[in-house]
Amino acid sequence: MPLFPPNDDPGSSFPDLLRRLGLAPGALPPGTIDVPHGTTCVALRFADGVVMAGDRRATSGNLISHRTMEKVMPADRHSGVAIAGAAGPAMEMVKLFQLQLEHYEKVEGTALSLDGKANQLSMMVRGNLPAAMQGLVVVPIFAGYDTLRHQGRLFDYDVTGGRYEERDYVATGSGSLHAGTVIRVGYREGLSRDEALDLCTRALWVAADNDSATGGPDALRGIYPTVATITARGFERVGDDELAGRFQAVAEQERGVIQ
Amino acid sequence: MSMPFYVPPEQAMKDRADFARKGIARGRSLVALTYDDGICITAENPSNTLRKISEIYDRIAFAGVGRYNEFDQLRVAGVRAADIKGYQYSRDDVDARSLANQYAQILGQIFTHEFKPMEVDILVAEVGTHPGEDQMFHVNYDGTITDEKNYSVLGGDADAIAQRLDSTWHDGLTLAEALQVAVQALAGPDRTLGADDLEVGLLARSNGRRAFRRLTDTDLAELLGTAPSNGGTPASEPAGFAPPSPQSE
Repeated sequence: MPLFPPNDDPGSSFPDLLRRLGLAPGALPPGTIDVPHGTTCVALRFADGVVMAGDRRATSGNLISHRTMEKVMPADRHSGVAIAGAAGPAMEMVKLFQLQLEHYEKVEGTALSLDGKANQLSMMVRGNLPAAMQGLVVVPIFAGYDTLRHQGRLFDYDVTGGRYEERDYVATGSGSLHAGTVIRVGYREGLSRDEALDLCTRALWVAADNDSATGGPDALRGIYPTVATITARGFERVGDDELAGRFQAVAEQERGVIQ
Repeated sequence: MSMPFYVPPEQAMKDRADFARKGIARGRSLVALTYDDGICITAENPSNTLRKISEIYDRIAFAGVGRYNEFDQLRVAGVRAADIKGYQYSRDDVDARSLANQYAQILGQIFTHEFKPMEVDILVAEVGTHPGEDQMFHVNYDGTITDEKNYSVLGGDADAIAQRLDSTWHDGLTLAEALQVAVQALAGPDRTLGADDLEVGLLARSNGRRAFRRLTDTDLAELLGTAPSNGGTPASEPAGFAPPSPQSE
């Protein structure tokens, strides 16, 4: 059981604790490596909070390496994180981030503020910079419901850990250009949940339609993108049944446009 | 050169034990008991911020009486040990028995080797997936560890409180009944304890991944059937977060 003298205590930081105990991963050998990559994720604000959505595909070059990867994950009760980039380091980062938020909350007795959480993730992305230089880039989106300000908030990152708060929407990954354009055209202030979900499904549809690394809805295998809302009630996954219906509606609209 | 007086080891141990017991007896007591949905831990604690009961891990809670700084140090060490183990292996591998053993080792070591023993009495509780699988480990100031069934009492007045519980606790209590039983046992025949004298933490099976939840003064007043004297805490504290575990998906 780790006990530290009061003047030498790692405090409520879980990554610091790992380093102190010699459990943090070591430096990478030089050179670049090719690993599976995850792709398109979007998040946007609506009346009650934020919606996050991400496709399920991971690719290694031209190969589809995984069809059911989860890129949108809860960080804690009132926030979520979506990742694009090298799948392995990204999932490790999210796991550590989730643990850090829970660890802080248990040690301190109160949860971090949303800004505190965003800052924490920024430091983790910054810590990944040496790996990013070797091709293991991880660029997350962080979104949550700010229980102090009673509104949804979005944060975007760059590889150096730069943190940018976005007002309306954010898109990341290889399909972000297409998805972001769809959202920019359809976005307005104060969307309802229904409208926000429709906009997200359409954005992912278009991204999958135009970007080979982004997976679309897979009705054959029953695999649908991960979509979640974060509101005062917390992080809630949108069920596959509801998503199937929404993608069906998009497909029918598209069929109408083509004919 | 002065020679220290010879003190027989029996006497030295007894002195240390007396010292620790006196320190613990100065504080107020705490009761943990099983009810139909898990484990209910009730402490007499007028402070609303300095906690005696807290969350360690998904299904594990910690409770301590005695010197606050000492049991809080143990609590943080427990959170660290549990989080590290869950990170290295899996969330399913973190268990109360192993934590209680580590606490017993630390307390035993400090009791015999340090200048002063820790003046604490601690409990590590784990809620099982079914009733009857709940576990409670009581660890003493000298590292003595006991596996307790049904209920556990910590603090100076433990014997009297345990006697009262012996006649009132029964299998399958509801939460409201369990609270009544705990509060009556803590208060004894001559006192009454209100919502703002109490701190209550639950490990509830129905609470999702993170089973731990605190009851606010408002919840407590409602369950005890009394109005809180200070109007209660208005906003209900969020229940233990329950995002799906990353490993369990």
